[in-house]
Amino acid sequence: MTVDTILKNSAILPGNLPTHYLRVNREQWLQTAADMRKENATLLSLWGADDRDRDGGFRIFAAYLLPRVVLVVEYFLTDTVAPSYSSIASFFPVAARMQRAVHDLLGISTEAPDTRGWLRHGGWPETTFPLRKDFDGDQQYPVAAAPYSFVSVEGDGVHEIAVGPVHAGTIEPGHFRFSVVGEKVLRLEERLGYTHKGVAKLFEKTLQRDGHRLAARLSGDSAVAFSWAYCVSLESITGTVCPNRALWLRALALEQERIANHLGDLGALGNDAGFAFSLTQFSKLKEDLLRVNATAFGARYLMDYVVPGGVALDLTTEARGALLTFYDALEPSVIRMHSIFEEHAGVQDRFREAGRLEKETAEQLGAIGLVARASGIACDLRAHPCSKPYDALTPKISIQTEGDVAARAQIRFEEVLESLRLCRKILADIAAGAVHATVPVAKENQIGIGLIEGWRGPVMIALETGPDESIRRCHAHDPSWQNWPLLEYAILGNIVPDFPLINKSFNLSYSGQDG
Amino acid sequence: MWNTLARILQTGLLTESPPAPDDSASIHDTMQSDLRKILGRALCIRHVDAGSCNGCELEIVALNNPYYNIEGAGIKFVASPRHADMLLVTGPVSVNMEEALRRTYDAMPDPKWVVSVGDCGACGGVFGKSYASRGGVADVLPVNASVCGCPPSPTAILSTILNTVRPLDEKGKK
Ligand code: SF4
Repeated sequence: MTVDTILKNSAILPGNLPTHYLRVNREQWLQTAADMRKENATLLSLWGADDRDRDGGFRIFAAYLLPRVVLVVEYFLTDTVAPSYSSIASFFPVAARMQRAVHDLLGISTEAPDTRGWLRHGGWPETTFPLRKDFDGDQQYPVAAAPYSFVSVEGDGVHEIAVGPVHAGTIEPGHFRFSVVGEKVLRLEERLGYTHKGVAKLFEKTLQRDGHRLAARLSGDSAVAFSWAYCVSLESITGTVCPNRALWLRALALEQERIANHLGDLGALGNDAGFAFSLTQFSKLKEDLLRVNATAFGARYLMDYVVPGGVALDLTTEARGALLTFYDALEPSVIRMHSIFEEHAGVQDRFREAGRLEKETAEQLGAIGLVARASGIACDLRAHPCSKPYDALTPKISIQTEGDVAARAQIRFEEVLESLRLCRKILADIAAGAVHATVPVAKENQIGIGLIEGWRGPVMIALETGPDESIRRCHAHDPSWQNWPLLEYAILGNIVPDFPLINKSFNLSYSGQDG
Repeated sequence: MWNTLARILQTGLLTESPPAPDDSASIHDTMQSDLRKILGRALCIRHVDAGSCNGCELEIVALNNPYYNIEGAGIKFVASPRHADMLLVTGPVSVNMEEALRRTYDAMPDPKWVVSVGDCGACGGVFGKSYASRGGVADVLPVNASVCGCPPSPTAILSTILNTVRPLDEKGKK
């Protein structure tokens, strides 16, 4: 089917971007995936739900991003004894891990040969599926040994290096298994899921009015993006109109979050290339930003700033002044640091050609967000004509073509400067008015989709309401799901000592993908 | 090169005084000499993320920025638990990290301190206890002190680290 026919046959779903909803049968599930691949759609997320209590079966969902619309495909599984659906990983390789996670949480399987657990590491029994409605979620089990077989590479002089889950620095936990010859990486296999905290199950014990707090804590460096995505899913279900001023303040907070993360990453990237000076400089600039956040938004990290219906705090004149003063100091510093990076032979030598991700590979494997833009793929939801309030701000999207560490650093430099422009424009043009609207109680059994371009890429919330302000199901998706497998490709043929640098240039979230 | 040097000169020295322990006034030098008196050397910290959202890590990392400059005052983050005096733990303890956390603790030489960071480390925070989370760090390891906050500020983290180490002369370590 062509996109036009698919969209004509679909219903409309509440969401901040135009979202269509298509119910399919077993064959159509696979056929739609094939059609979406042909249309060069991006697989945004794949998740499941246990609806046996309400409808007598399970559901599996896939969300695809087309240039203008989001398409959510739903397949209802009537078999409750051995529920299964067809893997779409041959069309969208990024689906593989999500499908494994769906199995760990719901016991719905595909025919895919890789049946290793992804989120379940032996912390709960194999026959227990935490997201099923008849599991209460609070039960604790002793950890049982669950051996995990990594793919081994055979050959003369090949040896393995195992790293993690506890890493050498102050970073999140995960396991990397390198197969190397000498210094050269032949294969990298990641094993994640260590920080799985049962967030999806927790949502079902959370009231709709509190869900943004949990969403914000899925990945602390993307708190604004996730809480905004949550709020907008609830607001679109309830038909709440978020006041214009609040929307603009959300964008201001989101751009502050983008700048903060980019500054941190640029400092660490220079440092990993042996240029400690850059860490000192950028960590100072980032600290300046966090302090301004505390003045302007009431906290260094904006965990609870975006709330259903608006934002928690209005911006005072004093705060506006503090932000403007900060921007005036930040801009020349970043420009100067950019030229220092450019003319530093050591930095350039380490950045260029390192961890290259070709456009073709990136497209085939479904890259998303910043990583995709560094490999020449033009994608940024902020540029979507329906993306509020960005439609009034006309953000310029950064694209690089080289796909190496240098390209990912360059995107960050450009985006910091562009975000600065957006922040100034917001402060200049923001309308007066309320910053909060009352959110009515949502009708039950409504699904809403929230999609926000965070600093890493699009974060998604799929919210389904229950009775009495409860959450029936809430699926939160971090773009790291898409980009983690790409890191396995980017490192190939590089040397092991370059891994920290290449890894940093991706800077993916563990907690966001582990849930 | 000139550009870099100029930038260094322009930035100048930014390091601020660390937070006063409880109420007495303190400066960077006191911190350093206190540590020397207590440990005879730098305080070595190993951090473990036991399942955090990464917010707390960002504030711990901030301690190394030039404003707090804790390395300059004699506090060092080390890569191996075998070199560490103190274990700084963030996050609720996820069941998937429980074993790695215990192993890290066991690998540290005695005597040792454990400090939990963030509301999650203190009690599980928004994540609480569930099939996937053991709750706070104290549910898994003996904890000497906790820093609350979501995430706590670098100053709060630093002041708890210092207050944990300081009473050593009176109480003895651990
Ligand atoms: S205390 Fe807050 S910032 Fe720290 S890990 Fe928990 S949720 Fe994240």
